[in-house]
Amino acid sequence: MKINLNINGVSKAFLIQENEYLLEVLRRNDYTSVKRGCDNTSCGVCTVLFDGKPIPSCSMLAIRCEGHEITTVEGIEKEAEKLANYFGELGADQCGYCNPSMALTVYSLKKENKHATDEEIKAYLVGNLCRCTGYVAQHQAIKKYLGDES
Amino acid sequence: MKVVNNKVHSVDGLGIMKGRKAYTDDFAEKDSLIIKVLRSPHPFAKIKKIDDQEAKKLTGVEMVLTYKDFKRIPFTRAGQGYPEPSPHDKFVLDEYVRYIGDEVLAVVGSSDEICRKALDLIKVEYEVLEPILDFEQAIDNQVIIHPEPEIHEMFDIGFKPKRNIAAAYEMNVGDVEKSLAACDYVIRETFYTQAQAHVMLEPHTVNARMDYQNRICIYSATQTPFHVRRIISQGLEIPLSKIRVIKPRVGGGFGGKQAIHGEMLVAFVTYKTGKPAKIVYTRKEVFESSYTRHPMRLEMALGADKNGKLKAIDAKVLSDTGAYGEHALTVFMVTGSKVLPLYNKVDSVRFVGDVVYTNHTPAGAFRGYGAIQGNFALESAIDILCVKMGVDPIKFRQENMMKENETSPIFAIMGEGTAGTAMNMDTCKLEECVERGLKLIDWQSKYPRIETEDKIKSVGMAIAMQGSGIPYIDMGAATIKLNDDGFYNLMVGATEIGQGSDTVLTQIAAEELMTSVDKVVIYSSDTDLTPFDVGAYASSTTYVSGNAVLRAAKELKSRMVEEAARILETKIENIDFDGKRFLNINDKKEISLIDFSNQITYSHEQKQLQVTSSYVGHKSPPPFMAGFVEIDIDKETYEVEIINYVSVVDCGTTINPMLAKGQVDGAIVQGLGMAFYEDVQYSKTGKLISSDMLNYKIPTRLDIKNLTTVFVDSYEESGPFGAKSVGEIGIDTPPAALANAVYNALGIRITKLPITPEKIYQEMRKKNEK
Repeated sequence: MKINLNINGVSKAFLIQENEYLLEVLRRNDYTSVKRGCDNTSCGVCTVLFDGKPIPSCSMLAIRCEGHEITTVEGIEKEAEKLANYFGELGADQCGYCNPSMALTVYSLKKENKHATDEEIKAYLVGNLCRCTGYVAQHQAIKKYLGDES
Repeated sequence: MKVVNNKVHSVDGLGIMKGRKAYTDDFAEKDSLIIKVLRSPHPFAKIKKIDDQEAKKLTGVEMVLTYKDFKRIPFTRAGQGYPEPSPHDKFVLDEYVRYIGDEVLAVVGSSDEICRKALDLIKVEYEVLEPILDFEQAIDNQVIIHPEPEIHEMFDIGFKPKRNIAAAYEMNVGDVEKSLAACDYVIRETFYTQAQAHVMLEPHTVNARMDYQNRICIYSATQTPFHVRRIISQGLEIPLSKIRVIKPRVGGGFGGKQAIHGEMLVAFVTYKTGKPAKIVYTRKEVFESSYTRHPMRLEMALGADKNGKLKAIDAKVLSDTGAYGEHALTVFMVTGSKVLPLYNKVDSVRFVGDVVYTNHTPAGAFRGYGAIQGNFALESAIDILCVKMGVDPIKFRQENMMKENETSPIFAIMGEGTAGTAMNMDTCKLEECVERGLKLIDWQSKYPRIETEDKIKSVGMAIAMQGSGIPYIDMGAATIKLNDDGFYNLMVGATEIGQGSDTVLTQIAAEELMTSVDKVVIYSSDTDLTPFDVGAYASSTTYVSGNAVLRAAKELKSRMVEEAARILETKIENIDFDGKRFLNINDKKEISLIDFSNQITYSHEQKQLQVTSSYVGHKSPPPFMAGFVEIDIDKETYEVEIINYVSVVDCGTTINPMLAKGQVDGAIVQGLGMAFYEDVQYSKTGKLISSDMLNYKIPTRLDIKNLTTVFVDSYEESGPFGAKSVGEIGIDTPPAALANAVYNALGIRITKLPITPEKIYQEMRKKNEK
């Protein structure tokens, strides 16, 4: 079936299966910044913004996205660049498989709560798992990004 | 040093954050055939009959592959150098299935959905066999997990499949029984370590296509692209020259991607059909059908005299390699070789045991690679011995541990699968690591415990060592090319898997060429375009591949100076090169690097300046560290909270201090996961319970309060700019440090990982009953 999706501000028609998840539709159509990690909403690497809120695209049926705004990291390029700079500054880069999804979640946190405390940052990002960094450098980078932007 | 040991951003962080195509599946052909594997529902069975007629009729199904489609060529998936020290005990597909999740057959179709439908239509009849699910019952069990006649070892690794033994090893220094008998204090304790899952966020992923030269081009999320090429060639009888393996960005490995996983099936399908094909493991497959850390039983005996001297260490170890013997011997040997030399002043050491087959998910390489298991047992046992002797565990360690310029006979005896290499500890700052760690954790004021109304605060510690590559076996190579406009290409076989090796190797080249990181463009791990490297394992990249890069940079520099001398019409020794210009020190004439590179590219006596160099280690200088944990235990629930983890590390020069810290931080947290709650669990019938990320918990950011990671000054002469390795050392100390802290808090000793509140509660009940 055919649906219209608004991705990063551009509305386009997509051919989908009715039981297809948004993650599959996005990756099939070359939005490869959205990653597959766990298949059941527990790791966070498939995060996209759904009307501005982070959701796991691996469990959102594509058909439910018609008429909603979907944002991938390409849609917040400038913010991703800023965050990448803080990641570089603090040595928070490792495999990076979770980074685009993290940028989206952090961006959403910034819009909701610029002055988030350490615990609020951790709680907001708890669904974005990372197996490489041990979280400390990431946390410092995210804090700086939020702090410098507010 | 201007670039090395300075703050340098990752060379690839920006592009990765922006979501640019980088990982294996990002490069899969759109019309790839999908491969789905039917996985065994039985822990041990023989396939009697496969009825795939209905599935084959389904539109979109390209083929169904069973064991009958493959020539019986046994191989090992381990992904090691050749000949491998792992048994060749695996077939692409076999008529036996040896664990729940093992490959029965594969369906190849045009979409995921069609493959799933096809799998539902296939009927397989099994002769269900009695499995071995308890590794302590494996040896000489009447069940034989590998009865097939074709399997073999490449050289003597103690492989005895009729006894369910994948590998065996024994090593003696002195006479341990005699030493123990003469000791004033002897302790004996048995420890158990569990299987741990890697849980790298990118699942195992492979895709392939035939290129316009009719060669097969494989993209794989692998740590060992050159081994992958060789193993595919051997296993499928495709000429090596027809295979190209490209390793794109890898989303985490930790040893889990050292072995090959989907590569054989993908290569077979593409080579046979001429069509692109791909496989992306589901998370369930990653848990159930890749591999885990080897679970072990470690029976330790330690003896000391009344003067506080450790005299003897006896370690009898049983390791569980699961259904296949990948890394069976080598992980086992590292359990001894990268742990026991920590206490090098003993009269005698014994390390002996077997690695056995069971009908569980196979075990394989995992960061730490045996050392974390051995460290838990030895460093727990040291504290137990100190309690028995009534001596301070810090003082005891300080007196008995390895120090700079000392050695251990074990280095010469134990290698990885073969004999080892004798070496002195030219750098060993363990004493300083311990001293600084004591201060950073504030040991004096917290040891052994501080009790408040509802909590007990305590501290615990352990020391550790690892290696830097496998001497005389691991080879890394690098090519550096000078381009017009004065920038360089660096081509390395070394395998970036997220640990930052592309950045670190770029820094080494830039430092030697006296340029900046942005003038060195790295390309890594492409079997057609980069020189050979064994891959990312055994903590080898910074030391082995880094030395290759350093050599190449030095050689290129001297080639450049030679050419500059010709252009400036003087002798080589009169040329001063500062990275930007060549100066004739006699007549002060100079030529900039940019003009020089343009001239030799375009105008006079043009030539391409490029060199390739390689490096094989002659030793494996160990990094050392001391790890200290501060915990709060809830007196009611026995919940343990980690307040701080102090790591003081001697890894030689940190090429990139921030990335080095990231390696240690990440490894500490992975080690804490193993110490605390990560546990690969099976049902009584052998089915994996922890087969998704809801049932297998890895640390989240809420679990981590504070990590204090520091490096001591250290310069290893044999390493590039003084560096040793840092990838694995961080994972070794958390289990023992935590067990020791729990003892210091409550007076109970947990000998079986993970250290859960339930286990603490049970031990406290036993203690209180006494």
